[in-house]
Amino acid sequence: MDMFIPAEYEVVRNPELCIACRVCERQCSNEVHKYDKDLGKMIADSTKCVNCHRCVCLCPTHALKIVKSDDTYRLNSNWSVQTMNEVYRQAGSGGVLLSSMGNPNDYPIYFNKILVNASQVTNPPIDPLREPMETTVYLGKKDVEIKRDIEGKLVDTLPPQLKLTTPIMFSAMSYGSISYNAHESLARAAEELGIFYNTGEGGLHRDFYKYSKNTIVQVASGRFGVHEEYLKAAAAIEIKMGQGAKPGIGGHLPGMKISDEVSATRMIPKGIDAISPAPHHDIYSIEDLRQLIYTLKEATAYTKPVIVKIAAVHNVAAIASGVARSGADIIAIDGFRGGTGAAPTRIRDNVGIPIELALAQVDERLRQEGIRDSVSVVVAGSIHSSADVVKAIALGADACYIGTAALLALGCHLCRSCHTGKCNWGIATQRPDLVKRLNPEIGYKRLVNLVRAWSHEIQEMMGGMGLNSIEALRGNRLMLRGVGLNETELNILGIKHAGA
Amino acid sequence: MVINVDENTHFSILNKKVRESRDAEVTINGCIGQRYIATGLSGKKITINGTPGNALGAYLNGCDVVVNGNAQDATGDTMNGGAIIIHGNAGDATGYAMRGGKIYIKGNTGYRAGIHMKAYRDLKPIIVVGGRAGSFLGEYQAGGIIVVLGQNDDGLPIMNNFCGTGMHGGVMYLRCEKLPHRIPSQISAEVVFGEDIPELVEIVRDYCTYFPEYDSEMLLKANYTVLRPDTKNPYKQMYTDN
Ligand code: SF4
Ligand code: SF4
Repeated sequence: MDMFIPAEYEVVRNPELCIACRVCERQCSNEVHKYDKDLGKMIADSTKCVNCHRCVCLCPTHALKIVKSDDTYRLNSNWSVQTMNEVYRQAGSGGVLLSSMGNPNDYPIYFNKILVNASQVTNPPIDPLREPMETTVYLGKKDVEIKRDIEGKLVDTLPPQLKLTTPIMFSAMSYGSISYNAHESLARAAEELGIFYNTGEGGLHRDFYKYSKNTIVQVASGRFGVHEEYLKAAAAIEIKMGQGAKPGIGGHLPGMKISDEVSATRMIPKGIDAISPAPHHDIYSIEDLRQLIYTLKEATAYTKPVIVKIAAVHNVAAIASGVARSGADIIAIDGFRGGTGAAPTRIRDNVGIPIELALAQVDERLRQEGIRDSVSVVVAGSIHSSADVVKAIALGADACYIGTAALLALGCHLCRSCHTGKCNWGIATQRPDLVKRLNPEIGYKRLVNLVRAWSHEIQEMMGGMGLNSIEALRGNRLMLRGVGLNETELNILGIKHAGA
Repeated sequence: MVINVDENTHFSILNKKVRESRDAEVTINGCIGQRYIATGLSGKKITINGTPGNALGAYLNGCDVVVNGNAQDATGDTMNGGAIIIHGNAGDATGYAMRGGKIYIKGNTGYRAGIHMKAYRDLKPIIVVGGRAGSFLGEYQAGGIIVVLGQNDDGLPIMNNFCGTGMHGGVMYLRCEKLPHRIPSQISAEVVFGEDIPELVEIVRDYCTYFPEYDSEMLLKANYTVLRPDTKNPYKQMYTDN
């Protein structure tokens, strides 16, 4: 611990309730709690606490709480405590600041400034409890030439599609950045729900090939774990060009996190750093991207859709247009709030644009160019609720990826310490004693519950708007109104202000 | 199976025939730039007369591919096993992220050969270049073996710049005594007599069985510059938890 940096959070123990059972001591991988024999009671070193709430949740007598420390530096509106501490950290170590999970800073959340319409009197609402309400979506290219055989019968020329029972998928999280049990939970939930989870760039564990019908496999610049069988097993293949949490930056899994199983899944030696460089070193143009797409299509005999994932950056609309023309079946766009297992703090907090704006612009551009049907669009980067899904679809998305919300369902408390590898909830860790805290049997059910609940809510909101299929909602921006947005923001989003 | 193609043959038609052929041996005549040949295939012998296009043998998983001609870019991208023998030159990014098998090139190769090459358990990829290599040879190399024999007759040095940038595993044997230009700091170099390196002897002898025009004894009676990373974790100290 840096002596300059005081505890950010304080562990408060109610001495009346504490029975010194030492559960907190065993539960905290950061070694905050300790039993002091001489004092005959539990003590805590708050400077090590990351506020993950594990001890709070597990304390049998509810004796614990974690509070924001009211210790403060001399008040300064210009130099925040966080900024000062970051300077201390770097002055102490000389290192690049490393953080995890999505950008936590105070930037606008556009989804919260958009409201959804509902029908009244005319065009009455539809009751999803009584009427069929279609949430199934098919992701893939739709703009095919209609061909007939000599007898005049239609020839099926539709390229491969991904069928989702609800417009939600689990976003890419690699085995290595998250645990075996977290992956198992995601895979089983995807299977049960009829949706997809995504391996990220960490390869596909042997044990999870049985879920391959619900698996999207990723091909990233480091090509970890990519081989013939992996590609052939998948339901779809995602080329990772960028990630919302760190646009323009590659990945780096430190050697110490590469356990036996992670090494086997990534197909790399144990203990050596796994480096994914920022660019694919064979992609410098849309033509080169096309080449990688077709290599993957050829390797799998044109039987699966290829997704290209990009980060939402300034000129995302032009990039998406290029990607749409490169032969990709699906474009995934990850906004600047997107999560990560580890990213340089400065990049995570300062690079990229909000997904709402990126999505609106991409959809608009693809429509203007008449190529909207040649790709499906999937968005990610802080989809907080079913309402965000509805708004994203009305802004033009075909489906959403959820990452952080899925981890929350598994118990994550957003302590943002994933990069330390000591996740007390058994999610972002490879330490066997911690991994076993996440029971996949329970984990997968919680994920299923979450997505089912969101799907019901999506149906209710659709019903309220008088729509009975997700198709009728897609790109239906008349269903949206902005509140507290200026003219430029409304223009970019392509929506009217509330009241207009 | 013999497949005759010309410049009007689309790659998807050619590759479908190759993929669906039940014959163990396939010969492609008149190949002219068709891409993705033998992508993701295993268990066949494919002979290509002419010039295959980019991404020849990507994700190859155990075929033997012989090219009587030159190959273009991204040959053997992420290949897992098998052999690609090129009786000519190969373009850029040869053996990108290759994990197993071998790519033997009679002539020269372009930029970024062996980039991201890895090794894993019993898989140990090998690239041998008879002539010279372009810049960024073995960039981010994480495993496997790259050999450059420098038998080019154009008088140019055995390679261009930035050899081994980001290299953190594997080894390179370069048939020269003078260190390549601008070797990055995380790489250690030593000069060793070829015949004294058993691994190299084996590889060069195997290589020469495919290219009788080369004499393995002559090639091995020379000093080689051997490049290896001197730490497995070159980026370890770069970060501070925040
Ligand atoms: S790090 Fe988590 S488990 Fe440890 S004291 Fe803080 S809140 Fe409790
Ligand atoms: S995954 Fe674990 S370490 Fe990461 S934010 Fe959530 S609780 Fe913290």
